[in-house]
Amino acid sequence: MSVAQEHIHGHGDIEAHHEEHQKIKMFGFWLFVSTDMILFACLFATYLVLRNHTDGGPTPQQIFDVPGFTEETFLLLTSSFTGGLATLASRNGKKNQVVGWLIVTILLGLGFVGLELKEFLADIHMGATAQRSGFLSAFYTLVATHGCHVSMGILWLSATAYQVYKRGINAVTARKIFIVNLYWHFLDVVWVLIFTVVYLSGVTLP
Amino acid sequence: MMAFIHHFTKTYLMWNEGPMIWTSDVLILLTSIGILAALTYFKKWKWLWTEWLTTVDHKKIGIMYLIAALLMMFRGGTDAELLRTQLIQPGMKLLTAEHYDQIFTTHGTIMILFMAMPFIFALFNIAVPLQIGARDVAYPYLNAISLWLFFFAAMLFNISFVFGGSPDAGWVSYPPLSELGFDPGVGENYYLLALQITGIGSIATGINFIVTILKMRAPGMTLMRMPLFTWATLSASIIIIFAFPALTVALALLLLDRTIGTHFFTIAHGGDPMMFINLFWIWGHPEVYIVILPSFGVFSEVVATFAKKRIFGYTSMVVSLMLIVIISFFVWGHHFFTMGTGANVNAFFAFATMLIAIPTGVKVFNWLFTMYRGRIRLALPMLWTIAFVPTFAIGGATGVMLAVAPADYQYHNSYFLIAHFHQVLIGGTVFGLIAGMYYWWPKMFGFKLDERLGRWAFWFFNIGFYICFMPQYALGLMGMQRRMFTYPANMGWNTLNLISTIGAYLMGIGFLFIVLQIAYSIRYGERDLTGDPWDGRTLEWSLPSPAPHYNFAVIPTVESRDAWWEMKKQNRTDEWKVKEDEIEPILMPKSSGRPFMFGVAFFVFGFGMVFHWFIIALVGILVVFGILAHRAFEYDDEYVIPVDEIKHVEVGLGRL
Repeated sequence: MSVAQEHIHGHGDIEAHHEEHQKIKMFGFWLFVSTDMILFACLFATYLVLRNHTDGGPTPQQIFDVPGFTEETFLLLTSSFTGGLATLASRNGKKNQVVGWLIVTILLGLGFVGLELKEFLADIHMGATAQRSGFLSAFYTLVATHGCHVSMGILWLSATAYQVYKRGINAVTARKIFIVNLYWHFLDVVWVLIFTVVYLSGVTLP
Repeated sequence: MMAFIHHFTKTYLMWNEGPMIWTSDVLILLTSIGILAALTYFKKWKWLWTEWLTTVDHKKIGIMYLIAALLMMFRGGTDAELLRTQLIQPGMKLLTAEHYDQIFTTHGTIMILFMAMPFIFALFNIAVPLQIGARDVAYPYLNAISLWLFFFAAMLFNISFVFGGSPDAGWVSYPPLSELGFDPGVGENYYLLALQITGIGSIATGINFIVTILKMRAPGMTLMRMPLFTWATLSASIIIIFAFPALTVALALLLLDRTIGTHFFTIAHGGDPMMFINLFWIWGHPEVYIVILPSFGVFSEVVATFAKKRIFGYTSMVVSLMLIVIISFFVWGHHFFTMGTGANVNAFFAFATMLIAIPTGVKVFNWLFTMYRGRIRLALPMLWTIAFVPTFAIGGATGVMLAVAPADYQYHNSYFLIAHFHQVLIGGTVFGLIAGMYYWWPKMFGFKLDERLGRWAFWFFNIGFYICFMPQYALGLMGMQRRMFTYPANMGWNTLNLISTIGAYLMGIGFLFIVLQIAYSIRYGERDLTGDPWDGRTLEWSLPSPAPHYNFAVIPTVESRDAWWEMKKQNRTDEWKVKEDEIEPILMPKSSGRPFMFGVAFFVFGFGMVFHWFIIALVGILVVFGILAHRAFEYDDEYVIPVDEIKHVEVGLGRL
């Protein structure tokens, strides 16, 4: 408990003010997520405009690796589920479960990022670099922006897990668990769109 | 060694470019030394750091935004005077084509992003928490971060002039011109990085004010009891959070093209330059509504106060604001009817553009009906408001002319367009911002700005405005294109250009009168001892000027629209007086030096990226992450003001 909280301990109004604070922070985060959604929308639009601009270079069919992106999808969707289990555990006040599920989520996230890097390196190895064509510039930027978000999320999940481990579950850490998971689920939604708009249509549509 | 110095002065300090750069170097050096010396001599360093640079108080943040906005108005205005002087007669040799390109680029960019944006944020910060009965914004720490991101982005943009070279591809920075192949210098990088950094701050401000307004209103203040400036802030903030991410993407992709050689907007290898133009204006057109809606909010407050009447058609004002928010996202295509997307696309954007004139018209009529049979006092805020009406009406009408897609092929990128958007941006936004500055100045500083000098400023600026821009409509119709750095003598444009330049000088004199007015009023301005110098209507006028740092010792309960006015009318103002037994300890956010350091770190990152000195950029971004992490582990960011201290302050203010 902070100095400020101790000072006013037992004061109903300011306790309520603190509870309200957590709600206010959650609302702001929803708004942030909506701005991030617009950011991805613009990247998707750019990708769709440039997707056929291959300039005689590699096409989607040539570089997209079906088993590879299926595995990535499997890992990320599972991690969203385990993240949800962490939120559930925090509602039930089970500190160790929260930390445990957050660690599982982090590991699955690391697996996803690792597979994505492997995919990129393989593509680059066969000459499909971001500098090759408009299509590849848009592809790498969209997917890597998501990948950077996931990497940020992993750092953030780790910081949250550490704080829960240190401080247990209280109004503040419960809010942090909720928000980081909100972010994580959002990245899942973006990935589902990448999976369909980029990868699935890439290997099926001409 | 000599070779190195020679290379450095030539490449980075640009000393081969002549006396203008030398003069700027000397002036910047002298100003910096002057500021540092003054701070040291008057022993103000500690005061500067504890009271200002580390503050998270929305009132002080608002004041810093305002100071920065006025400084940037000076910079952008100087650019404008140079441009107009170059065009005063055919074949002028004041500026070369390259310098002219740089100066119109910095003029536009600074006026929109580093003058209008901080100016609206200044008014948001100064007025909104006080108007809704809050003690600060929802996220005071984030608010300070927004300020310093803006401030250091503005610094980054401005040093380009004397270090490495200014951007020169226009404030819209269209590729392929702005691509590396055609624009190899660092100027364009400065533009991309500075806008990116300030854009992050703007998004944060948008989120901050939406949450503040929706979640932190005093008891009893329902949405439909909110002051219209607060509504305007809410509307502008909604546009900010949905428009700015498009700018973020446009800038980031162009930066990738220039830095690592991708092909988003190049001509070769499958790039598509028009994609940048679309993304830019998906942000860019909503952006003009971002800067005009707060001015609309100011006019609503000013008209009601100085006509001593309830605003006419409050509900229709709110509905109009929200309609503008929505439609503003469907008009971007009118910036490039000539792109060749076909008649149907153009028809859609032309129709949406004409449609958005309707809610705007509703607002203008409401202001006029509010004035009708009101007891009008022509104080400075009201003067600028009245001047706004005809100016904006003409600007709006020429806007509808430009919205007619087939006719636009004639007007496109001519001086007709230049005259139009200056008329709405100056006649609408700037007039509103200046009116807002006069209106809330006593609340910020505790004194009024001098009326007499203010009137001189008003008339110089207004008459100058018409003399400057009316001829430009004609010049546009006569075929003069924007961005021409000179013109031949036989085009028939000479007299009109001369007149236009004289108008620009008069506007410059008007601005100097505002500076003089501020300097004079600090010493001699009428002190505001009541806290309610204009006989105001909304909550901020129930507080002393300037307000104590916790704003409201006891949060008032609101019973109606124009709550303070109603209390005055019913002789119930005593009910809002602070009573000793009602005072409770107040929780306030702690000051922090990190938002300032966050801005510094982003500056270092941006600077490294501009010159492709990636080690420097890496250091900057690592500090950014360090500060983020530090914040994530911070639990103790508030402190309590005890009851005794509040009583002490209130007694000192004569309110207890």
